Amino acid sequence: MSEKEEPRIGVFICHCGTNIAGVVDVKQVVDFTSKQPNVVFATDYTYMCSDPGQALIKDSIKEHKLNRVVVAACSPRMHEPTFRKTCQEAGLNPYLFEMANIREQCSWVHMGEPEKATEKAKALVKAALAKASLLEPLTPMEFNVERSALIIGGGIAGIQAALDLANAGFHVYLVEKEPSIGGHMAQLDKTFPTLDCSACILTPKMVDVGRHPNITLLTYCEAQEVEGFIGNFKVKILRKARYVDEKACTGCGVCAQKCPVKVPSEFDLGLGMRKAIYIPFPQSVPITHTIDKENCLYFTRGVCKVCEKFCPAKAIRFDQQDETIELKVGIIINATGYDLFNAKKLPQYGYGKYKNVITGLEFERLVNASGPTGGKIVRPSDGKTPKSVAFIQCIGSRDEHHGVPYCSRICCMASLKHAHQVKEKIPGAEVCVFYIDLRCFGKGYEEFLVRVQDEGIRLVRGKVSEIYENPETGNLRLRLEDTLLGEVMETEFELVVLAVALVPRAEAPALQTLLKVSRGADGFFLEAHPKLRPVETHIPGIFICGCAQGPKDIPDTVAQASAAAAQAAIPLSQGKVTAEPLTAYVLEDYCSGCGVCEAICPYKAIELKEVEEGKRRAEVNEALCQGCGLCGAACPSKAIVLRGFTEPQLMSQIEALSSV
Amino acid sequence: MGKPKIACYWAASCGGCDVSVLDIGSKLADIVEQVEIVFWPIALDFKYKDVEAMPDQSIDICLFNGGIRNEENEHMAKLLRRKSKILIAYGACAYLGGILGLANLATLKELFSRVYRETPSTVNPENTVPQPTVKVKEGELKLSPLLEYLKPLNEVVEVDYYIPGCPPVGEKAWEALIALIKGEKPPKGTVLTADERTVCDSCPRVKEEKKIKELKRIYQVIPDPEKCFLEQGIICMGPATRGGCDAQCIKAGLPCKGCFGPAPNVEDQGARMLSALASIVEVNSEEEAKRFAESVADPAGTFYLFSLPSSMLKRRVK
Amino acid sequence: MAEEFTPKIIGFTCNWCTYAAADLAGTSRMQYPPNLRLVRVMCSGRVSPEFVLKAFQLGADGVFIGGCHLGDCHYIHGNFKAITRYYLLKKMLQQFGIEPERVRFNFISAAEGEAFTQAVKDFTEQLKRLGPLRPSGGEGSGEA
Repeated sequence: MSEKEEPRIGVFICHCGTNIAGVVDVKQVVDFTSKQPNVVFATDYTYMCSDPGQALIKDSIKEHKLNRVVVAACSPRMHEPTFRKTCQEAGLNPYLFEMANIREQCSWVHMGEPEKATEKAKALVKAALAKASLLEPLTPMEFNVERSALIIGGGIAGIQAALDLANAGFHVYLVEKEPSIGGHMAQLDKTFPTLDCSACILTPKMVDVGRHPNITLLTYCEAQEVEGFIGNFKVKILRKARYVDEKACTGCGVCAQKCPVKVPSEFDLGLGMRKAIYIPFPQSVPITHTIDKENCLYFTRGVCKVCEKFCPAKAIRFDQQDETIELKVGIIINATGYDLFNAKKLPQYGYGKYKNVITGLEFERLVNASGPTGGKIVRPSDGKTPKSVAFIQCIGSRDEHHGVPYCSRICCMASLKHAHQVKEKIPGAEVCVFYIDLRCFGKGYEEFLVRVQDEGIRLVRGKVSEIYENPETGNLRLRLEDTLLGEVMETEFELVVLAVALVPRAEAPALQTLLKVSRGADGFFLEAHPKLRPVETHIPGIFICGCAQGPKDIPDTVAQASAAAAQAAIPLSQGKVTAEPLTAYVLEDYCSGCGVCEAICPYKAIELKEVEEGKRRAEVNEALCQGCGLCGAACPSKAIVLRGFTEPQLMSQIEALSSV
Repeated sequence: MGKPKIACYWAASCGGCDVSVLDIGSKLADIVEQVEIVFWPIALDFKYKDVEAMPDQSIDICLFNGGIRNEENEHMAKLLRRKSKILIAYGACAYLGGILGLANLATLKELFSRVYRETPSTVNPENTVPQPTVKVKEGELKLSPLLEYLKPLNEVVEVDYYIPGCPPVGEKAWEALIALIKGEKPPKGTVLTADERTVCDSCPRVKEEKKIKELKRIYQVIPDPEKCFLEQGIICMGPATRGGCDAQCIKAGLPCKGCFGPAPNVEDQGARMLSALASIVEVNSEEEAKRFAESVADPAGTFYLFSLPSSMLKRRVK
Repeated sequence: MAEEFTPKIIGFTCNWCTYAAADLAGTSRMQYPPNLRLVRVMCSGRVSPEFVLKAFQLGADGVFIGGCHLGDCHYIHGNFKAITRYYLLKKMLQQFGIEPERVRFNFISAAEGEAFTQAVKDFTEQLKRLGPLRPSGGEGSGEA
């Protein structure tokens, strides 16, 4: 089908039962249309999308030798794909098809003005004809897919996705910036509402990851550069030096025993200590120890080396260097998790000022048997067991002015769990949860709430406005309004636990630049569609799961991680992907290399190539191009064209709409 | 056969285009030997009636510069069209309307009022304005009435070729002319002496990344002489202007103002430049977008400095 | 003899947000004046200022542009480009005697059928008050 052929357009006006025909005079529109230039056939039918309707199109294409088809019916967002397929089945290139929206944007919204609606329908059909006359046949592009996956983030989300993909037979590179996988879930003691031991359910999966033949575990590593497109991503990973040979280290721990340097443990949130050579927690995967260069005596002062002296496996390597690893992968999954809101931003709660005000995660470390206190709930100020504990909800959450506007979803359940644990470990303790709402929405959650209430936990509906400390006792006085009683009150507790908001990772902006994915107004990474595409992003080939997408509990995280793996497996298993051909291309004869297009492309799909000394020409990478058309609108010499929405096509629509 | 007959005429013009014809310096003496100039108001004393007496199509090439601003311009355009085989719109004014075309942003009434009554240094208590005729003791003097709006030459007569520039590059214009005299026949409507690409292609400055935070007027900064003007926040019409001038202004240290008109594919030079400029500013909020727009002091005057009458809207709409 | 003036409005709406909102207004059977005719583009950033000029050249009394809310653009930052061009274009159009209210940009998401309907109604009323761009017999209307 050569472009120089005269357009022979067939027009099909749909009645859609009475949805269109009840307002728009369809016969008048057919009559008007048949008199338009390039129209060789115009007809109407009750339901164009039905089988007989589609057959009518296919038969007409053959009978009247149509090389363009216009259907005036519902919105193209509804049936454009349907009719494109119809055309294709009749042997016509599916991109020689255009729709006029005379239902959602005409008959349904002008029901009281049938004459004007009919005039408008004529104008809309004329515009579709004008564009159709200028359409060109297009072929979707096909790309091969590298059958491996990169997963950034080794928490439960990354672990689940990695196992699913690895079990499906694809090779997975799991990159984690900490020395061990496990994420925040590894820091938890028990999980709600079943009170499973977190480590007990997590560590088997961690071990599976560690020894899976299809998973290359890259811990203490960070993704630095990502180039390419779906099926063909080129990634550069920075592997930070551990100064310990991963292959030789047996994890015996003698080095850590002997190391003289003690520093606050990040894993224990500063509540406990670790050595300068360490593993973050006992069940770390890999078990390889890591030397913390900032605090190691050898690196800071050139002395010690005790670990090297005592290591039975001779695994210490002080001369190890950072390394860059280059990978080729087909898809990427972002499973980078969350950070916690800095409660110091709300000074009225005294966090950071009063020793006995702690966060929920710090409480987890205290109550965890492998934590810094061996599982004993004690007050940081004096190490004593508190006889009263207050839990304050929504610290930072649901706070448009000083925190984040959204609800963090898990804190109500987490605090109820903590409250239960206090009751369990400190019989007779007074426990109170100060809440705004109690969100117990999941499976077994409401039942858990009833259970803890039966255990004697007090629930007070009122946000604490201020906390101040009794410096002698270290106790905290809470000032609040009990909104159910309508009373302002003050009450004293020996330990206060703040349920702080979940917030996006501090690295999120850098990750956004790295992957070119978008983040929502709340700072979490954006899914492609909030309902129908929850694990894809706007970049084909990059998926998302877990708290990186928004706060959620472990069951939802695992479900989403498996969903991301399933979605990612589609291109991986097909081995190829097709891309819509509605992309941009450059008219080299008119391009002067000014660079406006390169600067504004959201996908970095345009590159300026030097063709001779001092002369550049723009070039579009059609695999990266998403067809937004910013370049087409900005190019000062109209040297870049967006297929399917070219300047002549759009101008012709404006002319047509203005002429009726 | 005789020497080829050449005519030059100035309509609403500053005289610069005629001067550019002289720009070739000493070569002019050689060329004048080879052609017969039959009409050239700036230099020779032919009268209108001499032109009227010429047989139709007897002028081989007519270089018509200046825009069509009054009835006399229009009359001469039509007359010279009849009398010429090839009519060339010479210079930005004849091709696009030129700087004088900016008057189209006002009505004729407003123009008169401003020029003869409102300008700060005008003293005109009797409200005297020019009239089309005035009686003096010797007889009647006539002034050609102004048209409501200025038009480029092709809105009044059919134009064979265009030579852009304000003024055109003398050397190149003569080369084009000589080619035509020798019998070359480019397609009707060709813009001669011009590149297919915009000025950026022949600009010697270094281009890195087209991203700016704010605009700077040329007097506000000391521009880096090597870097692209636009990338320094200084408006340069280069990206939206047809090349062929060899980036003379830029080589002289000034940003391009757009005198060669739009790129070949483009109808409206100003709109394309506006779009390109607005697209490369880093804007993070609606407020910032508003502020950026405010920072462009005179959008129409900047983006349509030479091309207003040939743009999409052509003139004041209301 | 003075017929009620019905303003002609040409609109450009992005496929993912405002065009979808217009569809939603339709499925919800919201009613609005029939003088608006839309051109579908993929992104509000696709709208060249020339489209707006063309619409005015051919007799439109008003031009409507609809895009995603800032930060929600399907193509990341297309609507930022669109809104910057829009403000600069409005300023320039004033120099041509075209009142700035005649070009209207609204951020309307796919869920906001109501907001779309109201925008069309408001714009129509506003243009009725401003009157036709070219009083009848004015030069330039209908020229291609």
